[in-house]
Amino acid sequence: MDLLAFARGPALTFALAVFALGSLWRILGILRRPARRELSEPRSTATGAGAARAIASHMWHAKNFRRRSLARSLNAYAYHIGLAIVAFGFMPHIAFIERLTGLSWPALPGWIFVAAVALTFVGLLYALMERLASPVLRLLSNFDDYASWVVTILPMVTGMALLTLPLASRYPIAPDRPVAVALHLLALELLLAWLPFSKLAHAFLVFISRGATGAAFSRKGAAA
Amino acid sequence: MNAPAARWDKQGARGDAERVAGAMSAFMRDFGRTAAIYLESCIHCGHCAEACHFYVATREAKYTPIWKIEPFKQAYQREAGPFSWAYRMLNLKRAVTLGELEEWQELLYDSCTMCGRCTLACPMAIDIAGLVGLARHGMFEAGLAPQDLWAAADRAEREGSPLGATPKVLRERLEWLADEHDVPMHLDLEQADVLVTLSSVEIMKYPLSLVAAAKVMEHAGYSWTISSRGYEATNFGMLSGNVAWQRDMTRKLVDAAIACAAKLVVLPECGHAYSALRWQGAEVLGRALPFRVLHISEFLAENVADGRIRVKPLEASVAFHDPCQVSRRGGATQAPRAVLAALGLELRETEDSGDFNFCCGGGGGVIANPRADALRHKAFEIKMRQLDATGAGMTVTSCANCRLSFDDGQAHYGWGRKMGSLLELVAERLA
Repeated sequence: MDLLAFARGPALTFALAVFALGSLWRILGILRRPARRELSEPRSTATGAGAARAIASHMWHAKNFRRRSLARSLNAYAYHIGLAIVAFGFMPHIAFIERLTGLSWPALPGWIFVAAVALTFVGLLYALMERLASPVLRLLSNFDDYASWVVTILPMVTGMALLTLPLASRYPIAPDRPVAVALHLLALELLLAWLPFSKLAHAFLVFISRGATGAAFSRKGAAA
Repeated sequence: MNAPAARWDKQGARGDAERVAGAMSAFMRDFGRTAAIYLESCIHCGHCAEACHFYVATREAKYTPIWKIEPFKQAYQREAGPFSWAYRMLNLKRAVTLGELEEWQELLYDSCTMCGRCTLACPMAIDIAGLVGLARHGMFEAGLAPQDLWAAADRAEREGSPLGATPKVLRERLEWLADEHDVPMHLDLEQADVLVTLSSVEIMKYPLSLVAAAKVMEHAGYSWTISSRGYEATNFGMLSGNVAWQRDMTRKLVDAAIACAAKLVVLPECGHAYSALRWQGAEVLGRALPFRVLHISEFLAENVADGRIRVKPLEASVAFHDPCQVSRRGGATQAPRAVLAALGLELRETEDSGDFNFCCGGGGGVIANPRADALRHKAFEIKMRQLDATGAGMTVTSCANCRLSFDDGQAHYGWGRKMGSLLELVAERLA
């Protein structure tokens, strides 16, 4: 079995399994902890709506915090949106997902893809610089922060090495440079396998955490 | 500001291992579902720093709110998280040491008022103040609370008040106030619809608040009483991190209310008292409370709205300081504003007001911990700046502990403003 076949076969299956089972394990590991019985008289029983409100309202800063946190937040949005466009708006990636799931959708225009790549690279580099430069972020940061940064940018770096055909093409199943394609796939697989165990799990924890606060605080009628 | 020398206090004569074991045992009890959600969710973005008055005032990274619970988080990941087995097996997270607990004593007690402003800034909406409250349980269990706060809590548990306002002192004070102000101060009535509770700060430093409460109750025509069985609502058990004392102090109030068949317990102008009984009382006792609980500002707002309390309007401008535990964390942000509107006052909000209000710096037991004074004063500069900027003629709050912080800040800086009481203001303007 050559490297590409390995990356497309057992490695991909393994990464997807680790991603799914690891995420499930983490969520169940949290939910199995004992929950406190709420016995005080609630001010509101619309806790579901409170959870939804908090999930939405924490998408952006309240004006009181905007001035000092604006650049960091805009940058975070830039590379998150950039990553989403690169992952799901680029024809070869859509074709890859179609082969796996049967689902497909139209690709975004090439210039949007190029802009997204640029935005993501600049954004991730800015995020790293800020993490290294800010005393607060330096203090808070641990191995997970830096490893997650590397694991996130690796598919971008390895993907850039593959941009040899017109952006809108589907790319052949048997590529000219199989090792480079295999490395790109392996980088993605590393990201999938790393995510459940790292801070990248905020991809799903964000809803649980905001929702928990929104529900608990709305019960008190308090701001979340 | 020069960084204070590292200092930590210890209670008891236990060995190091025993202290750590005590902390870990309490931590493990507190790793419930909600705590687990939060402890799993931090993305180390640092946004919470800009919400904290101690960080904003000093720009010292160690005051970043989420950093204040680092040993708690470390213990969770090693001992209770979904991957704790891996963390232990590979020693990816070290066991928490006594040195770390000692070092974090300042961060958990001196530099956090549990005001909860950081939650509003957190993209993951983590209730860091709640986690600090839980982490304090372990610190107390380890005998690692600040000595002055510990002593206040111990005194409250033994004598019924952290400031020496024992039942005897209370009785004498009430007799004196009744005589001096010609208002009935009902103590220990066998039956009353409303149990009025107090804060020791009011009893000892702001006795006019007691008079104001009596005048308002009489004006509104309530059958009311204060009970010597349970009157002190400021729960120093909660502030210090002693769960058993928190339960005892809660139980005293609840038993007093049940004994006089009160339908309503009115909490004093005290933020943490509201948190302790209104939102944690039933939970720590394990049963629903058989009466309503209102903060005095809610009580005033309700009674002003239904016409039971009538006030004479006042032509002036006012800035209101929101007690964090009543407004942001208690959900009663609008109540004092309704009262101020009924008084006809022109409300001038501070730049950060209501749910976003900056803490006075003295909440969470910080004002009972004199070694934190320098840091607290530094944070207080934010309050002076913001209140001065309103240009309001008067400043009012609904928390005696906040008033104490303001009085102390006023004396420290020679500040030209005096923080008043919403309750006293209403009592002065009864029609």
